[in-house]
Amino acid sequence: MAISTASTANHRMRRPRGAARTPYLLIAPAVIAMVGFLVYPMASVIYYSLQNYNVTKPWDNGFAGLDNFRRLLFEDPLFWQSLGFSVRWVGVEVGLQLVFGLILALIVNETFVGRGLSRALVFSPWAVSGVLTTGIWVLLYNPTTGVSRYLADLGLIEYGAAPLAHSGTVFWAAVLAELWRGVPFFAILLLADLQSIPRELYEAASVDGATRRQRFLNVTLPHLKDAIVLSTLLRCVWEFNNVDLLYTLTGGGPAHATTTLPLYVASKAAQSHDFGYGSALTTAAFLILTFFSIAYLRLSKFGAKS
Amino acid sequence: MTVQTAARPRLPGPLTAPGGTKSRERMRVSRWQIWVPLGLYLLFTLVPFYWMLVFAVRPRGSTSLLPWPITFDNFETVWNELGFAVFFRNSLMVGVASLVMTTVIALAGGYALARYDFRGKKAFMLGMLCTQFIPGAMMLIPLFEIFRTLGLVNSLWSLVIAETVFQLPLSLILISGFIRNVPVELEQAAWVDGCGRLRAFFAVVLPLLRPALVAVGSFAFIHSWNNFLFALMFVNEQEKFTVPVGLAYSLGEFSVDFGALAAGGVVAAVPVVLVFAVIQRYLVQGMSAGAVKG
Repeated sequence: MAISTASTANHRMRRPRGAARTPYLLIAPAVIAMVGFLVYPMASVIYYSLQNYNVTKPWDNGFAGLDNFRRLLFEDPLFWQSLGFSVRWVGVEVGLQLVFGLILALIVNETFVGRGLSRALVFSPWAVSGVLTTGIWVLLYNPTTGVSRYLADLGLIEYGAAPLAHSGTVFWAAVLAELWRGVPFFAILLLADLQSIPRELYEAASVDGATRRQRFLNVTLPHLKDAIVLSTLLRCVWEFNNVDLLYTLTGGGPAHATTTLPLYVASKAAQSHDFGYGSALTTAAFLILTFFSIAYLRLSKFGAKS
Repeated sequence: MTVQTAARPRLPGPLTAPGGTKSRERMRVSRWQIWVPLGLYLLFTLVPFYWMLVFAVRPRGSTSLLPWPITFDNFETVWNELGFAVFFRNSLMVGVASLVMTTVIALAGGYALARYDFRGKKAFMLGMLCTQFIPGAMMLIPLFEIFRTLGLVNSLWSLVIAETVFQLPLSLILISGFIRNVPVELEQAAWVDGCGRLRAFFAVVLPLLRPALVAVGSFAFIHSWNNFLFALMFVNEQEKFTVPVGLAYSLGEFSVDFGALAAGGVVAAVPVVLVFAVIQRYLVQGMSAGAVKG
């Protein structure tokens, strides 16, 4: 058919009048929604970051230049402390989630009886919310209702262990809870990519006498590289921005020990009326995330064929 | 998309090279190597769920770790006295509304991206990518200001809008990836038969997009069902609370009623677990077909 051959190169086969407008009409709702409720608020945040805007001190309102940023860099120890904790939190979480997620994906990619059910079960915490995770792990950590009490009943440990109450253990207690619902994300994404590796590659490697480890290092890992880079980046951004769990589990405490930068901003937004300074904090976090993402994609040579 | 490794090794092997069976032996993993780590991980995954269930159904004062005898007192408390019946209805309405809005808008935009070349397409794609870096937690002040101007504070619509906006970029990219996988010739055949572009889309493309719609719709629903911070900030009246906010309040009480907390947790978990049970088989396929390659 002449028509179909003419159109294979170009997806548009016929052009009714007004066709040039069609794609714009189709994306219009998405553009309006995102400009109105993402781009405009973001722009207003950047605008307010350059203003003095404090509800309690209206006489000071006006252009402030980079004053808010100067304050943030030199006069606010909590900014640096929360940023440092964010880096530690994201690094530990994403690193551990990646390792366990990869192991899990490799296991449930094998063929065995009960694979379907096992997959469903190990993936299930993926759908659980941060607040629900907190609810569950509060039960598990509490000295009277938690695992520690039943272990103590058996005489294995002392009574009264309360991991959330001590500054020495609260970090790892929070890490474990977040790990519980974070590992499935990596497992699902990496399993999807594992399934796209042609089996012939493994067979060829086996014929050549490659051991399990060699096959993993020389076939599996190179194939997974882009998926790993992309999923770790997405997860870093997500874990950085995620406040639900820490907000409800530790409230950022004890004594700001588990306050991430977004948690600090959210608490500022809820309590203080200094919108100018809060906006400067938001802008700083946005810039940090964007530069980190660009640098990460560059350094990891994302998409480059090896 | 449909790589199924399970069926492959069972092929009868007249074509297999002499070394074939031996190499396949070497590729197989022993059962121990699978079940020991998997069993440990399953324990880590399931014990927390089990803990919540036991505390939700066991009678007050019991210290047993077995879910017997069962009582529904805790559920009655959270559902009727703590207001979870209302929270549940609110969450359900926000979830379904976000699902519908996200899917419809993403479908329209995704079709444009997959089937048309137009000026500004690259900028649009780039813009959507950038939105992924905008921290939702930090948009609270400006979004609150906007909703106040629109008179939507304390309205569930503020949650629907915020959810939809944050879900849109990824949904749009996912759906356009799926539409690109539908051969354009199928649509063209329908045009030749006299269908308009719109009718052809509904008759030919849409039925093929079912897995994509299931994935995008359930992502939107789960995300909206789970969202906490927007609901906490934009809604202050108790009749408008959603389930996560209600749950967080029962956590924040001075002396926590652990039975009620666990029962509230079960109420919060049931819808997402049901949705997850339906979609989990498509989840891996959806990821490989849409997100990663698209």
